[in-house]
Formats: sequence, structure tokens, C-alpha cells
Amino acid sequence: MSDADVKRRNFLKTSLGAAAVAIAPSMLLYKVAHSESEDASSKVRWGMLIDTTQCKPGCNDCVTACNKENGLPGGTTPTDSQWMRKIEIKDVSTGRELSLPMMCQHCESPPCVDVCPTAASFKRADGIVLVDKHLCIGCRYCMMACPYKARSFVHEPLHNQNPDVPRGKGTVESCTLCVHRIDKGLQPACAESCTNKAILFGDLHDANSDIAKKVLSVASVQIRGDLQLNPGIHYQGL
Amino acid sequence: MKTILLILLLFALPAWATDSFVPKLDVGKGGKCVKDPQWMRKNHMHMLKHQRTEVVHKGIRDDKINLQNCIECHASTEDDSVIARADSFCVACHRYEAVKIDCFECHSGIRKSAWLKRNAK
Repeated sequence: MSDADVKRRNFLKTSLGAAAVAIAPSMLLYKVAHSESEDASSKVRWGMLIDTTQCKPGCNDCVTACNKENGLPGGTTPTDSQWMRKIEIKDVSTGRELSLPMMCQHCESPPCVDVCPTAASFKRADGIVLVDKHLCIGCRYCMMACPYKARSFVHEPLHNQNPDVPRGKGTVESCTLCVHRIDKGLQPACAESCTNKAILFGDLHDANSDIAKKVLSVASVQIRGDLQLNPGIHYQGL
Repeated sequence: MKTILLILLLFALPAWATDSFVPKLDVGKGGKCVKDPQWMRKNHMHMLKHQRTEVVHKGIRDDKINLQNCIECHASTEDDSVIARADSFCVACHRYEAVKIDCFECHSGIRKSAWLKRNAK
């Protein structure tokens, strides 16, 4: 190896070192400035426990609150957006009647995400299943795939949307678990509006949260548990 | 004769360029917030596209760089909107450049405080 080569090599080594020294502090600062606490984190799993014994038949408060929060018109025809519905069920052998709210169950393995051809349907790190309407092409595969019939398609042009909840024609939408409220540290509108305290919202992964404690102590089921999708919404008293 | 025409043309050009071909827009409250206006004219779409992914997929809601914040300052002081009129903040330039804006098919183009006031029930 010639002398020039060695010199060149040494020069490259020192300049690389200098560059590393120059870059390292700014990377550190970047990490501090963009602390990870504000990201949706997989340490959290948002969920709900719905106590059907406390849910009053005929009461529609959660649905009304959902419609108001998200700017839905509240119609119930097949072409209207319904993010949340009240369902009345009856056990024909005993005559026992129950009422419960139905919406996106925020599955751990969501079929809607599996089938989406544009990756518009996705699951956030904290377990909330959402539609990125920037990517949605309105094919409605996810609506077919959802076993809970939780999603709606927007058929008509919309005006005067809530600034926090963008919605538009040609895209699929569903319960977002009020993600805009959760990011601000608030509860979903339905949980807040329930006068009978039938909807308990919280972090299923936090052992000290009310919901985690209650799920441990009372019998609850996930609807269509046989599909093993592990929904974040649990029902008590079904 | 030719030189006189040329001189006339030279003087006429700047006046013609500034008077009738620059879009006049209602900047609302306006002011410099993120970067200087010329930089923003060229790059606002990239910032919005980056920010939308951060918000929707990661839940990182920046107080400063977000569409709602843009609208907060740039909505007209008369009708609280960035899209209502031909000289509204977004519309004026986009018409001039013939670039269609998709944002407001889903997003609200109205200042949030005004929206809350209008929809208070």
C-alpha cells in the first residue's frame, strides 16, 4: 500500500469520527424534542366493558352522544352512517330480554385490516382500529369482512363536518373510539354520556385501571369469541 | 422607433405582472408562524401530507403544524372560512394555479371556534 493510500485512509477515518461527533448531539436532541410519550403506544390497549345488566332497553343516550360528537345525521336507513347501534335481544326459552350497544369491536386481529387492498384500514399501536380516509378508495371489502357489521359507507357529499372528525363521500367509516378525544385524555363520548354507567372505558393493559380490575373479577364475554379476533370491547351479563 | 417600443415594453412588464396576475387573497389574521410565506407557498403540501400520517397512524398531534391551526389564523375574519369565497385563503391561489384541493371534501374549512358557535345546541 502506498503512503498516499494510508494518508487517505487516515483522513477518511478522522473525518468520519468528526462527523459522528457532530451528528450525535442533534440526534439526541431530536429524541428529546419528539418524546415518545405522545405517540399511540402498544403498552396501552384501549377497551371497553359494557355491563348489559345496567343498559336500559329503549335508552339511546350513547348513540345520540356518538352522533353528536362525530357529526352523524342519525338516520337508520341502509345508506346512513351508523357508528353505534342499540340492539335488543331476547332469549326465547326463558323470555329474558337484553339491550346492548353495538359498534366496532376494535379487534386485535381485525378482518377489515386483513382485506384492505390499500392499507387504509389499519390498527393503531394502542389497539384502535381506524380507516385512513386519505388512502381509502371506497371498495367496501372491509364492510364485507367485518363480522359485527360495524362499518358504514358515505354515499352522499357532506358539508359542515366537525373540525375534529373529518368525514367524506366515497370512504368507509366506523367507530373510532373517539380517538380525537382519547388523544386529548378524554373518554369516548358514549362512555361519558351513559347515565347508567354501563360503559366502562380504559386501558386493558394497565393492571391498576378500573377496567382491567373488573375484567379480572367479573364474567365477561367478547361477541363472536369463536372467531378468536380478541376484540377490545367486552360485554358483561350476556 | 424600435428602441422606444422596447423601452416602453420594459417599463410596462413589471406593472402588468404585479397588477392583474397575482392572486389577491384574504389572509385572515395572517402573520409568520411556521416558516416565511415564500417557503410555505412551495412546501405547505408536503408538510400537510407528512403531518396527516403522523396524526392518523401514530396519534402525534402537533399543536403548531396541523391543518386546524392553519385555518385558525388564515380563515377570513369576515366569514371564518378558508374556502367560502373566490378570494379565500386556500381558494385564491389554488384557482390561480388550477390545482384542485381535496382536503375540504372531508375536512372542515371553518375556524373551530366559529364552528362550535354555529353548531351549539
